[in-house]
Amino acid sequence: MPSAASYPELRYRDGVRAAIAVAATVWFFGASFGLLARAAGMGVLAPLVLSATTFAGSAQFAVSSILGAGGGTFAAIAAAVLLNARYAPISISVAPLFHGSRLRRLAESQLIVDESWALSSRGGGRFDRRLLLGAGLLLYVSWVSGTAVGVLAGDALGDPKNLGLDGAFPALFLALLVPQLRAPQAALAAVVAGAIALILIPFTPPGTPIVAASAACLLGLRRRAS
Amino acid sequence: MSGVWLVVLVVGIATIAFKATGPVLLGDRELPEPIAGVVALLAPVLLSALVVTQAVGGDNELVLDARLAGVGAGAVAIAARAPLPAVVVTAALATALTRLVA
Repeated sequence: MPSAASYPELRYRDGVRAAIAVAATVWFFGASFGLLARAAGMGVLAPLVLSATTFAGSAQFAVSSILGAGGGTFAAIAAAVLLNARYAPISISVAPLFHGSRLRRLAESQLIVDESWALSSRGGGRFDRRLLLGAGLLLYVSWVSGTAVGVLAGDALGDPKNLGLDGAFPALFLALLVPQLRAPQAALAAVVAGAIALILIPFTPPGTPIVAASAACLLGLRRRAS
Repeated sequence: MSGVWLVVLVVGIATIAFKATGPVLLGDRELPEPIAGVVALLAPVLLSALVVTQAVGGDNELVLDARLAGVGAGAVAIAARAPLPAVVVTAALATALTRLVA
Protein backbone atom coordinates (compact mmCIF):
# COMPACT_ATOMS: atom_id res chain seq x y z
CA MET A 1 0.00 0.00 0.00
CA PRO A 2 2.16 2.87 -1.24
CA SER A 3 -0.28 5.53 -0.10
CA ALA A 4 -0.18 4.15 3.43
CA ALA A 5 3.61 3.75 3.41
CA SER A 6 4.10 7.39 2.47
CA TYR A 7 2.24 8.34 5.63
CA PRO A 8 3.97 8.84 8.99
CA GLU A 9 2.74 5.83 10.97
CA LEU A 10 1.18 6.80 14.25
CA ARG A 11 2.29 3.95 16.51
CA TYR A 12 0.09 2.73 19.34
CA ARG A 13 2.67 3.95 21.86
CA ASP A 14 2.72 7.41 20.26
CA GLY A 15 -1.05 7.56 20.35
CA VAL A 16 -1.26 6.68 24.01
CA ARG A 17 1.47 9.20 24.85
CA ALA A 18 -0.42 11.85 22.90
CA ALA A 19 -3.69 10.88 24.57
CA ILE A 20 -2.12 11.38 28.01
CA ALA A 21 -1.28 15.02 27.29
CA VAL A 22 -4.71 15.55 25.82
CA ALA A 23 -6.34 13.73 28.74
CA ALA A 24 -4.73 16.12 31.22
CA THR A 25 -6.18 19.06 29.28
CA VAL A 26 -9.57 17.35 29.07
CA TRP A 27 -9.48 16.68 32.83
CA PHE A 28 -9.08 20.40 33.58
CA PHE A 29 -11.92 21.22 31.23
CA GLY A 30 -14.09 18.60 32.91
CA ALA A 31 -13.31 20.22 36.25
CA SER A 32 -14.19 23.67 34.94
CA PHE A 33 -17.42 22.30 33.49
CA GLY A 34 -18.30 20.86 36.92
CA LEU A 35 -17.54 24.19 38.57
CA LEU A 36 -19.59 26.21 36.06
CA ALA A 37 -22.49 23.75 36.11
CA ARG A 38 -22.63 23.90 39.91
CA ALA A 39 -22.55 27.70 39.78
CA ALA A 40 -25.31 27.61 37.16
CA GLY A 41 -27.58 25.86 39.63
CA MET A 42 -27.45 22.39 38.08
CA GLY A 43 -26.62 20.75 41.38
CA VAL A 44 -24.10 17.93 41.88
CA LEU A 45 -25.65 14.85 40.28
CA ALA A 46 -27.03 16.33 37.03
CA PRO A 47 -23.63 17.62 35.75
CA LEU A 48 -22.09 14.22 36.52
CA VAL A 49 -24.84 12.34 34.66
CA LEU A 50 -24.51 14.77 31.74
CA SER A 51 -20.73 14.18 31.56
CA ALA A 52 -21.21 10.40 31.73
CA THR A 53 -23.87 10.27 29.00
CA THR A 54 -23.01 13.19 26.71
CA PHE A 55 -19.19 13.19 27.01
CA ALA A 56 -18.72 16.21 24.74
CA GLY A 57 -17.22 19.40 26.10
CA SER A 58 -18.58 22.21 23.95
CA ALA A 59 -22.22 21.10 24.20
CA GLN A 60 -22.00 20.73 27.98
CA PHE A 61 -20.43 24.18 28.38
CA ALA A 62 -23.26 25.56 26.26
CA VAL A 63 -25.84 23.91 28.54
CA SER A 64 -24.28 25.29 31.72
CA SER A 65 -23.85 28.80 30.36
CA ILE A 66 -27.40 28.97 28.96
CA LEU A 67 -29.00 27.57 32.12
CA GLY A 68 -26.76 29.79 34.26
CA ALA A 69 -27.93 32.86 32.33
CA GLY A 70 -31.56 31.82 32.78
CA GLY A 71 -31.84 31.01 29.07
CA GLY A 72 -34.42 28.28 29.42
CA THR A 73 -34.67 24.54 28.92
CA PHE A 74 -35.45 24.56 25.22
CA ALA A 75 -32.58 26.92 24.33
CA ALA A 76 -30.11 24.74 26.23
CA ILE A 77 -31.35 21.57 24.53
CA ALA A 78 -31.32 23.14 21.05
CA ALA A 79 -27.79 24.50 21.41
CA ALA A 80 -26.37 21.23 22.74
CA VAL A 81 -28.10 19.06 20.14
CA LEU A 82 -26.86 21.35 17.36
CA LEU A 83 -23.33 21.28 18.76
CA ASN A 84 -23.30 17.49 18.93
CA ALA A 85 -24.89 16.85 15.53
CA ARG A 86 -21.36 16.61 14.11
CA TYR A 87 -21.06 13.22 15.84
CA ALA A 88 -23.38 11.73 13.21
CA PRO A 89 -20.87 12.25 10.34
CA ILE A 90 -17.94 11.58 12.68
CA SER A 91 -19.39 8.24 13.78
CA ILE A 92 -20.14 7.28 10.16
CA SER A 93 -16.46 7.84 9.31
CA VAL A 94 -15.39 5.17 11.83
CA ALA A 95 -18.33 2.78 11.37
CA PRO A 96 -16.25 -0.09 9.84
CA LEU A 97 -14.18 -0.34 13.06
CA PHE A 98 -17.13 -1.58 15.11
CA HIS A 99 -18.02 -5.26 15.24
CA GLY A 100 -20.27 -7.62 17.15
CA SER A 101 -23.80 -7.15 18.41
CA ARG A 102 -25.68 -3.89 18.06
CA LEU A 103 -25.59 -3.40 21.82
CA ARG A 104 -21.81 -3.78 21.88
CA ARG A 105 -21.42 -1.35 18.96
CA LEU A 106 -23.73 1.10 20.74
CA ALA A 107 -21.67 0.89 23.93
CA GLU A 108 -18.28 1.19 22.23
CA SER A 109 -19.45 4.07 20.04
CA GLN A 110 -19.87 6.21 23.15
CA LEU A 111 -16.08 6.46 23.39
CA ILE A 112 -16.12 8.55 20.20
CA VAL A 113 -15.22 12.13 21.04
CA ASP A 114 -13.46 14.77 18.90
CA GLU A 115 -10.06 14.05 20.40
CA SER A 116 -10.16 10.23 20.37
CA TRP A 117 -11.50 10.31 16.82
CA ALA A 118 -8.80 12.74 15.67
CA LEU A 119 -6.01 10.80 17.38
CA SER A 120 -7.09 7.54 15.74
CA SER A 121 -7.10 8.93 12.19
CA ARG A 122 -4.49 7.32 9.92
CA GLY A 123 -5.21 9.38 6.82
CA GLY A 124 -7.03 8.47 3.62
CA GLY A 125 -10.24 7.91 5.54
CA ARG A 126 -8.80 5.09 7.63
CA PHE A 127 -8.94 4.94 11.44
CA ASP A 128 -7.35 2.69 14.05
CA ARG A 129 -9.79 0.87 16.33
CA ARG A 130 -7.38 0.36 19.24
CA LEU A 131 -6.31 3.99 19.21
CA LEU A 132 -9.91 5.19 19.08
CA LEU A 133 -11.15 3.04 21.96
CA GLY A 134 -7.95 3.28 24.03
CA ALA A 135 -7.77 7.06 23.80
CA GLY A 136 -11.55 7.32 24.18
CA LEU A 137 -11.56 5.33 27.43
CA LEU A 138 -8.73 7.41 28.92
CA LEU A 139 -10.47 10.64 27.89
CA TYR A 140 -13.82 9.42 29.23
CA VAL A 141 -12.34 8.69 32.67
CA SER A 142 -10.58 12.09 32.61
CA TRP A 143 -13.75 13.96 31.65
CA VAL A 144 -16.02 12.33 34.24
CA SER A 145 -13.48 12.41 37.07
CA GLY A 146 -12.64 16.02 36.22
CA THR A 147 -16.34 16.87 36.37
CA ALA A 148 -16.63 15.19 39.79
CA VAL A 149 -13.75 17.21 41.20
CA GLY A 150 -15.16 20.37 39.62
CA VAL A 151 -18.64 20.09 41.11
CA LEU A 152 -17.25 19.24 44.55
CA ALA A 153 -14.10 21.37 44.80
CA GLY A 154 -13.83 23.38 41.60
CA ASP A 155 -13.04 26.70 43.27
CA ALA A 156 -9.58 25.46 44.23
CA LEU A 157 -8.55 24.73 40.62
CA GLY A 158 -8.92 28.10 38.96
CA ASP A 159 -9.88 28.88 35.39
CA PRO A 160 -8.36 26.60 32.70
CA LYS A 161 -8.14 29.69 30.52
CA ASN A 162 -5.39 30.97 32.81
CA LEU A 163 -3.44 27.85 31.85
CA GLY A 164 -4.03 28.59 28.17
CA LEU A 165 -5.80 25.28 27.67
CA ASP A 166 -8.39 26.78 25.31
CA GLY A 167 -5.53 27.54 22.91
CA ALA A 168 -4.24 23.98 23.13
CA PHE A 169 -7.26 22.36 21.45
CA PRO A 170 -7.10 24.19 18.09
CA ALA A 171 -3.34 23.50 17.99
CA LEU A 172 -3.99 19.81 18.69
CA PHE A 173 -6.50 19.59 15.85
CA LEU A 174 -4.10 21.49 13.56
CA ALA A 175 -1.31 19.02 14.36
CA LEU A 176 -3.63 16.14 13.47
CA LEU A 177 -4.86 17.93 10.33
CA VAL A 178 -1.47 18.67 8.75
CA PRO A 179 -0.50 15.04 7.90
CA GLN A 180 -3.93 14.65 6.23
CA LEU A 181 -3.24 17.37 3.67
CA ARG A 182 -0.80 15.54 1.38
CA ALA A 183 -3.48 14.45 -1.05
CA PRO A 184 -4.48 17.52 -3.11
CA GLN A 185 -8.16 16.63 -2.87
CA ALA A 186 -7.98 16.42 0.94
CA ALA A 187 -6.17 19.76 1.11
CA LEU A 188 -8.78 21.39 -1.08
CA ALA A 189 -11.63 19.94 0.97
CA ALA A 190 -9.98 21.13 4.21
CA VAL A 191 -9.58 24.67 2.86
CA VAL A 192 -13.21 24.76 1.68
CA ALA A 193 -14.42 23.43 5.05
CA GLY A 194 -12.34 25.97 6.98
CA ALA A 195 -13.71 28.77 4.83
CA ILE A 196 -17.32 27.63 5.30
CA ALA A 197 -16.85 27.48 9.07
CA LEU A 198 -15.15 30.89 9.19
CA ILE A 199 -17.87 32.55 7.13
CA LEU A 200 -20.73 31.02 9.14
CA ILE A 201 -19.38 31.65 12.67
CA PRO A 202 -20.79 35.22 12.93
CA PHE A 203 -24.15 34.33 11.40
CA THR A 204 -25.20 30.95 12.82
CA PRO A 205 -25.51 29.41 16.28
CA PRO A 206 -22.39 27.57 17.56
CA GLY A 207 -22.28 24.04 16.14
CA THR A 208 -23.84 24.93 12.82
CA PRO A 209 -20.55 26.01 11.16
CA ILE A 210 -18.99 22.57 11.74
CA VAL A 211 -22.02 20.65 10.49
CA ALA A 212 -22.28 22.90 7.40
CA ALA A 213 -18.53 22.61 6.75
CA SER A 214 -18.81 18.82 6.64
CA ALA A 215 -20.55 19.27 3.28
CA ALA A 216 -17.05 19.91 1.85
CA CYS A 217 -16.42 16.15 1.96
CA LEU A 218 -18.85 15.82 -0.97
CA LEU A 219 -15.80 16.76 -3.05
CA GLY A 220 -14.93 13.09 -2.54
CA LEU A 221 -17.62 12.16 -5.06
CA ARG A 222 -15.38 13.54 -7.82
CA ARG A 223 -12.80 10.79 -7.35
CA ARG A 224 -15.22 8.21 -8.64
CA ALA A 225 -16.44 10.35 -11.53
CA SER A 226 -12.95 11.02 -12.91
CA MET B 1 -39.22 16.65 36.19
CA SER B 2 -37.13 19.80 36.63
CA GLY B 3 -35.79 21.70 33.63
CA VAL B 4 -32.22 20.71 34.43
CA TRP B 5 -33.00 16.99 34.37
CA LEU B 6 -35.03 17.37 31.18
CA VAL B 7 -31.95 18.93 29.53
CA VAL B 8 -29.71 16.14 30.86
CA LEU B 9 -32.11 13.47 29.59
CA VAL B 10 -32.73 14.88 26.10
CA VAL B 11 -29.15 15.99 25.40
CA GLY B 12 -27.78 12.68 26.73
CA ILE B 13 -30.07 10.55 24.58
CA ALA B 14 -29.54 12.73 21.48
CA THR B 15 -25.75 12.58 21.82
CA ILE B 16 -25.72 8.83 22.42
CA ALA B 17 -27.80 8.46 19.25
CA PHE B 18 -25.50 10.74 17.20
CA LYS B 19 -22.41 8.81 18.30
CA ALA B 20 -24.08 5.47 17.62
CA THR B 21 -25.32 6.41 14.13
CA GLY B 22 -22.40 5.02 12.15
CA PRO B 23 -21.36 2.06 14.34
CA VAL B 24 -24.91 0.74 14.91
CA LEU B 25 -26.37 1.32 11.43
CA LEU B 26 -23.26 0.75 9.30
CA GLY B 27 -20.86 -1.13 11.59
CA ASP B 28 -19.04 -4.34 10.77
CA ARG B 29 -18.94 -3.80 7.01
CA GLU B 30 -16.96 -1.83 4.44
CA LEU B 31 -18.61 1.32 3.21
CA PRO B 32 -19.92 1.29 -0.37
CA GLU B 33 -17.54 2.97 -2.84
CA PRO B 34 -19.22 6.37 -3.40
CA ILE B 35 -19.71 6.81 0.35
CA ALA B 36 -16.12 5.70 1.02
CA GLY B 37 -14.81 8.52 -1.20
CA VAL B 38 -16.83 11.04 0.77
CA VAL B 39 -16.00 9.56 4.17
CA ALA B 40 -12.28 9.60 3.31
CA LEU B 41 -12.49 13.39 3.32
CA LEU B 42 -14.41 13.63 6.63
CA ALA B 43 -11.24 13.71 8.74
CA PRO B 44 -9.49 16.64 7.01
CA VAL B 45 -12.82 18.47 6.61
CA LEU B 46 -13.98 18.17 10.22
CA LEU B 47 -10.49 18.74 11.65
CA SER B 48 -10.20 21.93 9.59
CA ALA B 49 -13.61 23.12 10.81
CA LEU B 50 -12.62 22.28 14.42
CA VAL B 51 -9.37 24.26 14.11
CA VAL B 52 -11.26 27.31 12.82
CA THR B 53 -14.14 27.20 15.32
CA GLN B 54 -11.88 26.53 18.32
CA ALA B 55 -9.34 29.20 17.31
CA VAL B 56 -11.63 32.13 16.47
CA GLY B 57 -15.14 30.91 17.29
CA GLY B 58 -17.33 32.86 19.70
CA ASP B 59 -21.00 33.13 20.46
CA ASN B 60 -22.26 34.30 17.06
CA GLU B 61 -19.08 36.29 16.46
CA LEU B 62 -15.46 35.93 15.47
CA VAL B 63 -13.24 36.36 18.54
CA LEU B 64 -9.56 37.12 18.00
CA ASP B 65 -7.77 36.56 21.31
CA ALA B 66 -4.83 34.76 22.93
CA ARG B 67 -5.92 31.46 21.38
CA LEU B 68 -4.45 32.70 18.07
CA ALA B 69 -1.02 33.02 19.68
CA GLY B 70 -1.41 29.45 20.90
CA VAL B 71 -2.30 28.15 17.44
CA GLY B 72 0.59 30.16 15.94
CA ALA B 73 3.10 28.74 18.42
CA GLY B 74 1.59 25.29 17.85
CA ALA B 75 2.06 25.71 14.10
CA VAL B 76 5.74 26.53 14.63
CA ALA B 77 6.12 23.42 16.80
CA ILE B 78 4.36 21.34 14.13
CA ALA B 79 6.68 22.74 11.43
CA ALA B 80 9.65 21.81 13.65
CA ARG B 81 8.24 18.25 13.77
CA ALA B 82 7.71 18.38 17.53
CA PRO B 83 5.78 15.40 18.97
CA LEU B 84 2.09 15.89 19.66
CA PRO B 85 2.32 16.43 23.45
CA ALA B 86 4.99 19.11 22.86
CA VAL B 87 2.68 20.85 20.40
CA VAL B 88 -0.16 20.84 22.94
CA VAL B 89 2.03 22.16 25.78
CA THR B 90 3.65 24.82 23.54
CA ALA B 91 0.24 26.08 22.43
CA ALA B 92 -1.09 26.21 26.01
CA LEU B 93 2.00 28.07 27.24
CA ALA B 94 1.85 30.61 24.41
CA THR B 95 -1.87 31.19 25.02
CA ALA B 96 -1.38 31.62 28.77
CA LEU B 97 1.62 33.95 28.38
CA THR B 98 -0.16 36.10 25.80
CA ARG B 99 -3.18 36.37 28.08
CA LEU B 100 -0.91 37.30 30.99
CA VAL B 101 0.82 40.07 29.02
CA ALA B 102 -2.17 41.41 27.10
